[in-house]
Amino acid sequence: MPIWNARIERMPRAELEQLQLERLQATLNRIWDSVPFYRRRFEETGLMPEHIRSLDDVRLLPLTVKEDLRAGYPYDLFALPLREVVRIHASSGTTGQPTVVGYTKNDLRNWSELVARVLSAGGATKDDVIQISFSYGLLTDAFGFHQGAEEIGASVIPVSAGAPEQQLKIMRDFRSTALVGTPTDALRIAEALEEQEIPRTSLHLRWGMFGSAPWSENVRTRIESLLGISATDNYAISEVMGPGVSGECEENKGGLHINEDHFLCEVIDPESEEVLPPGEPGELVITTLTKEALPILRYRTRDLTSIDARPCPCGRTLARMARVSSRTDDMLIIGGVKLFPAQIEQVLTEVEGVEPHYRVIVDEVGGVDRVEVQVEVSGALLTGDVGRLLKMENLLRRRLQADLGLSAELKLVESRTIGPVEHPSQRIVDRRRAEGGERSKRE
Amino acid sequence: MLTVRSADAYYGNVQALKGVSLHVSEGEIVALIGANGAGKTTTLRTVSGLLSPRRGSVTLGDRSIGGLAPEAIVRLGISQVPENRRLFGLLSVRDNLLLGAYHLRWHEKRGSMRTDFDRVYALFPVLQERAQQLAGTLSGGEQQMLAIGRALMSRPRLLLLDEPSLGLAPRAVKAIFDAIPQFRQQGLTVLLVEQNARAALQIADRAYVLETGRVVMEGTSLDLFNQKEVQRAYLGRGYRQVWEED
Repeated sequence: MPIWNARIERMPRAELEQLQLERLQATLNRIWDSVPFYRRRFEETGLMPEHIRSLDDVRLLPLTVKEDLRAGYPYDLFALPLREVVRIHASSGTTGQPTVVGYTKNDLRNWSELVARVLSAGGATKDDVIQISFSYGLLTDAFGFHQGAEEIGASVIPVSAGAPEQQLKIMRDFRSTALVGTPTDALRIAEALEEQEIPRTSLHLRWGMFGSAPWSENVRTRIESLLGISATDNYAISEVMGPGVSGECEENKGGLHINEDHFLCEVIDPESEEVLPPGEPGELVITTLTKEALPILRYRTRDLTSIDARPCPCGRTLARMARVSSRTDDMLIIGGVKLFPAQIEQVLTEVEGVEPHYRVIVDEVGGVDRVEVQVEVSGALLTGDVGRLLKMENLLRRRLQADLGLSAELKLVESRTIGPVEHPSQRIVDRRRAEGGERSKRE
Repeated sequence: MLTVRSADAYYGNVQALKGVSLHVSEGEIVALIGANGAGKTTTLRTVSGLLSPRRGSVTLGDRSIGGLAPEAIVRLGISQVPENRRLFGLLSVRDNLLLGAYHLRWHEKRGSMRTDFDRVYALFPVLQERAQQLAGTLSGGEQQMLAIGRALMSRPRLLLLDEPSLGLAPRAVKAIFDAIPQFRQQGLTVLLVEQNARAALQIADRAYVLETGRVVMEGTSLDLFNQKEVQRAYLGRGYRQVWEED
């Protein structure tokens, strides 16, 4: 399994850290001159770029949050005039203003290189025929993967978003060997495969890379077995680049190698903002080291992970981050129990016949939290034996109680009534008044 | 090979370098570009020992060299070709070269000097032609070649070149810059300071851009060529070098 850039991806840590320090200092010196937003933050604390003398000193720098980028809409945080910017993308902005990001020619070149690394780690070679089901447009996913795949020299099919039947037809006719898209795309295509009674073996698909929303290990197992492929996770965040920030290696799934020569990553306690040591879970904070158009310092991603800098069997020395399953503000308190939606998904998807599309509706009745969990199940199950349905409801209810301490009403619904969402947190419908207000502050 | 971390350097009370970090790996040609007064020569002098870093570190391999005497640093394999050549004008070309090997111990020199001379003459044949001529009577380009040759006689591992193109006619600049990449084949690593950013970027693997004592950009030569700021500030967009037409 090829390492795209062995010189960097297997670089001894001491050399890598020197490179990071040089790039961090150069970025700070440039930002000081050219980004008024950061200049002001520096001046407020009396900090100067030369005070950052080691990588540890990065914690002295101010954190940047999504609201800062929103407030700068569209171009206030750009470090260069627009004539140097050759590409502009924007993040989705599920609620509120989207954030705008820009790239110079060098930024694009770096982006392609980084995605090429991530794709290679996931099994890509130039002989692949890569089908991209991400929507081509302002979002960074489609173009990011497209560039990286072209960089590798694979045959890229920019299908963009489309009905699963269409994706499947192209996959069969064009003999795609790889699928890059959301995990839901993969599941939908697998469903279509089943519906049309097409044997999995008739596909040429070898591997898949999925992201843009967290997906559990259970979902990975489903995708891998339904499509007969190796599926890897990657981490993308448009505010610092898009895809290409980190990705799993096939040898050792579960940890995503971070492209540390371009991104300096820290993990902080979301409450105290204190930097946490490797191994401890917290909020991922990213500083760009080479971005020219939009350099970002200590961006709070609101994604939960932990960092592992130990050597990986694949030979890469780049540190790994744990798969992101939750956001810091995803945490719910229902009936006194603290939960992440990702945990609910994990429990539900362990049961055979359950599709990973569910909804949790939380009401307050007479001062007590009342929870209803609606879950999609396959058509066959719903039209079949009522006894079986009841057994499944009971099973799920018991599991939620036993594993998570959550007492909930269960309602099994037809496939495709709930459908995919961009983020597990969107599966929660919280109708309680007290918590409801706080939750809408997010995103 | 060479690692500089967050180096601060002062001339008296004036801070000339502010947190400068860079590295040069074995076999690389790395350029430092920037305007006059940016701190390029100061950086070289901090490496060669003519200046001590007040804060930060300079390391050669595993060994800290910040604060060591310049002659000790020469013995460790770093030679600087100073700005403006600084030749001994009243000595012959050959004697200037010989002086470059001054610090080598007798047993290191004995029998092998011929090879050292041959190496320099192979790079710069004109020096052999003018071996007996007084250094002060050479042309600008020839003097620069002699200065470089003198540094090579000390058998360095790392060569620090300070503004080799300064004051030279385009053809001489071309000759010098054609020779520098050949040093690599002789196992030499080069850190090159240049105001002529275009010439430097054409032969360097990587470069750092200095502005008022700080590194503001680093990357491969290609990265920097593409950078509009670099183009505008240092490459004189639209300016064509006469010798590029050769």
